[in-house]
Amino acid sequence: MEFDPVLLARIQFAFTISFHIIFPAFTIGLSAFVTVLLLLWLKTGEEKFHRLARFWTKIFAVSFAMGVVSGIVLSYQFGTNWSRFSEFSGNVIGPLIGYEVLTAFYLEATFLGIMLFGWNRVPPWLLTLASGLVAFGTATSAFWILSANSWMQTPAGYEIRDGIAFPLDWLAIIFNPSFPLRLAHMLTAAYLTTAVVVLAVGARYVLARQYTEEARTMLRMAVGMIAVTAPLQLVIGDLHGLNTLHHQPMKVAAMEGNWNTATSGHFVIFGIPSQSAEKNYLELAIPYAGSLVLTHTWDGKYPGLTDVPPENRPPVANVFFAFRIMVGIGLLLIATGLFGALLWWRGKLFTTRWYLTGTSYMWPLGFIAILAGWFVTEQGRQPWLVYGLLKTADGISPVPGASVFGTLILFIFVYGAVFSTGVYYINRLIAKGPKGSLAAAPAGLPNRPISAAEPAAREATGKDPGKSIKPKKGGR
Amino acid sequence: MEWYLPVIWAGLIGTAVAMYVVLDGFDLGIGILFPFAKKEDERDVMMNSVAPFWDGNETWLILGGGGLWVAFPKAYAIIMPAFYLPMIIMLLALVLRGVSFEFRWVAKPNHHWWDIAFAGGSTLAAFSQGVILGGLIQGVNVANGQFAGGAFDWLTPFSILTGLAVVAGYGLLGATWLNMRTSGPVRTLGRRFAPLLLIAVLIGMGIISIWTPLSVERIAERWFSLPNFYFLWPIPAVTLIVAYLILRWLKTGHDALPFLGTIVLFLLGYAGLVISTVPYLVPPHLTFWDTAAAPESQIFLLIGTLFLLPMILGYTIFVYWTFRGRVAPGEGYH
Repeated sequence: MEFDPVLLARIQFAFTISFHIIFPAFTIGLSAFVTVLLLLWLKTGEEKFHRLARFWTKIFAVSFAMGVVSGIVLSYQFGTNWSRFSEFSGNVIGPLIGYEVLTAFYLEATFLGIMLFGWNRVPPWLLTLASGLVAFGTATSAFWILSANSWMQTPAGYEIRDGIAFPLDWLAIIFNPSFPLRLAHMLTAAYLTTAVVVLAVGARYVLARQYTEEARTMLRMAVGMIAVTAPLQLVIGDLHGLNTLHHQPMKVAAMEGNWNTATSGHFVIFGIPSQSAEKNYLELAIPYAGSLVLTHTWDGKYPGLTDVPPENRPPVANVFFAFRIMVGIGLLLIATGLFGALLWWRGKLFTTRWYLTGTSYMWPLGFIAILAGWFVTEQGRQPWLVYGLLKTADGISPVPGASVFGTLILFIFVYGAVFSTGVYYINRLIAKGPKGSLAAAPAGLPNRPISAAEPAAREATGKDPGKSIKPKKGGR
Repeated sequence: MEWYLPVIWAGLIGTAVAMYVVLDGFDLGIGILFPFAKKEDERDVMMNSVAPFWDGNETWLILGGGGLWVAFPKAYAIIMPAFYLPMIIMLLALVLRGVSFEFRWVAKPNHHWWDIAFAGGSTLAAFSQGVILGGLIQGVNVANGQFAGGAFDWLTPFSILTGLAVVAGYGLLGATWLNMRTSGPVRTLGRRFAPLLLIAVLIGMGIISIWTPLSVERIAERWFSLPNFYFLWPIPAVTLIVAYLILRWLKTGHDALPFLGTIVLFLLGYAGLVISTVPYLVPPHLTFWDTAAAPESQIFLLIGTLFLLPMILGYTIFVYWTFRGRVAPGEGYH
């Protein structure tokens, strides 16, 4: 049996990083949401904000732990799967990753303890501050990681000597051309994704006539957030696309299914791109729309895929479809936000059943859009690992394909078991809902994410979901 | 090239690895001893005794790995593929045992599988680390600055021995930790296993100390040439004295001394390994200087490290101080 080490290394990395990104995206948004709830609680003194903050903190804790364990794996996978890339880019990207570990870990580890275990032992302002610093820490993580990824997309501030990249200007490296827009795009995606989850949970409760007060608060906050961030994300995405057109024209060509510069300008709504035939089958396109979006003129032209030899083109179909999934979800979320705002304005937000039923199933959409977006940007960079400098095939480790295949099977098995358990557990927490009664906080400030959620989980596995519960002592 | 930067970074990474081995060693050791505690409440106490510490301990592993990439990218790019399989198995084992700390409580009363995941994951992670250590001592096949060996180069009788020695060593750290931090049947368990594990560790250390110089000329040269020998003979001598003291302290029922003695034992072994391999980072070919990153990269991160590392150390001390004292049966987080 022949194993292709390049393809397997890519599949394995895509698998582990896709699993990982779901959790940081959610924790970036959730920590910010919890901070807002705590601020509202401080300001108004209303108990519902306190209950909601506690409830979402438990869910945050589980997600955070999943992010940590899957993140440890990634910090080693650069070396195990991409050793030539590690050596090529270590001087430049290494310190960025190093700062991510130092800054983010420090902020998160220190204040996470207070955020998770300080409920009954520190003053509310300190709890809010800790939560805010955790939110800042998660966003700082994103800052460094996206800076490193952006450098791979649009390298800057470096020179190549003896086949290795050397830093010339750290500011130019960190703030490379695609970084600011990529960071804005990803952070907005994280906040939007979290708002969609909050919306779905709120809708679920309203339909079930549970926790009415909290559910309505969640719906209002989520609809407001989506109504603002979903259109904003479209604008940021458009700017990011223009930036990509400037720096990585072939990525945009694949996103658009645009094969020829001469015939560019129409926007392909649907088609089946064929790498070998260099055209789209069953194409359905709007004339001039592509020029309007990408050149902001009526008949501007932009580069097509046939400008470069076949071996330098990304996998068009993957990028093309992933882009449409992302944009499709984006448009659906804009409609959801604006229509929800209209219902709210008319006072029908809590009584329009079809809207609530629809949105209660929407919770995975943000995550799917984020994954689709990463597939667009990473596969659109192919065949390059560092754009224009290092080919993916030249970045892998000298490891036999069979080893990569064997460990891929192990990854699928272990991640499948661990993450399905974790997601099941989050779902149990949501089913349990924001209870008023609180289990006593454990002694001290353990640095332990999930244990904050543990009392709730014990209740969640109890025989009587929905009945009011007594606070458990649990020997604390 | 500033010659001192790679030395500073080698010291920092060496410190991170030593911190990791001692700290995560005792909580992996709890997992290694897990199968020998039969009762559920005993296992609860064992887990609770390390619960507040384990993820902080594991952070040193990320710092060590990340630091190696930043400071010595060439070494990182050779060592990781050379130990591809034990590395990935170690990571997956750590994932499984890490989540079992939490899922075990959620799954109750059907936590049987998470008990297995915790014990198996801890043992496998310790064994993988020992195998990687053994493979590094024996040396890595390098050609043209790349790893040039096979998928199973690391699998030798020697590396299996070092793997077992590390399992025994972590087990000993775990056992003496239980002796210090718990009471009742769990403490008894720790005290019963500690002498057996100590003897296993000494046998392992002894075989490794004889085997290495016999098989690697360079290491024999380092230890037995004069005047080196005059300076180095105290290391094995002190090791034996410390081992004897640990046994005595266990007999007389001391709390903290056996655990601290075990840490000293580990540091002596670590010192021996460092003496054997310095200045090589990828024996037998590449030194700190051969594999160092660009000075500007090393400086850039060093600034942040010197500022943040003391804070992380301070936080670690704070957590251990907060949770000092014995864990009583039935007491804990859950």
